[in-house]
Amino acid sequence: MAEVVKKFMYLNRKAPYGTIYAWESLEVVLIGAAFDQDVCVMFIDDGVYQLTKGQDTKGIGMKNFSPTYRTLGDYDVRRIYVDRDSLEARGLTPDDLIAVPFEDMETGEEIDNIVEIIDSERAGALMNQSDVIFSF
Amino acid sequence: MAILHTVNKSPFERNALESCLRFATEGASVLLFEDGVYAALKGTRVEPQVVSALSRLRFYVLGPDLRARGFSEERIIPGIKVVDYAGFVDLAVECDKVQAWL
Repeated sequence: MAEVVKKFMYLNRKAPYGTIYAWESLEVVLIGAAFDQDVCVMFIDDGVYQLTKGQDTKGIGMKNFSPTYRTLGDYDVRRIYVDRDSLEARGLTPDDLIAVPFEDMETGEEIDNIVEIIDSERAGALMNQSDVIFSF
Repeated sequence: MAILHTVNKSPFERNALESCLRFATEGASVLLFEDGVYAALKGTRVEPQVVSALSRLRFYVLGPDLRARGFSEERIIPGIKVVDYAGFVDLAVECDKVQAWL
């Protein structure tokens, strides 16, 4: 029986730490990675805050889960998108965000950062192309 | 001292800050914490509202929540004071009452 590969999108709209959505999303992405689907992760609205560099949670007694985003490439997540308008509304630039490296195990190709800043039109098109959208 | 207003919601997701600024009167204090700290950052879409309110309200932001989210004091709008948990308690004690904009 041929395997069915679906296009999954994880759509993140919440800031980290204030609510549990961001952490739950990350957990589901990592679990889903075991099923060899075509996965992309999208950050829009307050979701862009999940990727800020330099998060230090010692003072609030919560686990800093931001380093885990850098490992998404190792879980075969090849596509990570950030909405440009959401960044600009929050006074953020791409330099404020962590980089996610990716190494293709088959071709040996290495990419320093797979985080792609896109406009809203492209983001909407990507939602249309997905078979399933997981909303967080 | 008058009322201590606390805002713990992102200004981009909820209208908690907007309502707080609409009702807070001259001389009141506003403490931004949890996801409310994003309102204290420079260069955001809500910065003009915060800067305008600084002329009549005292603004504070909780340092540990700011650092947890990856931001240092240099990113804060001038005039907003960074406080720690003890400073939060001091504000609550100094003010007559606390209004939490949940």
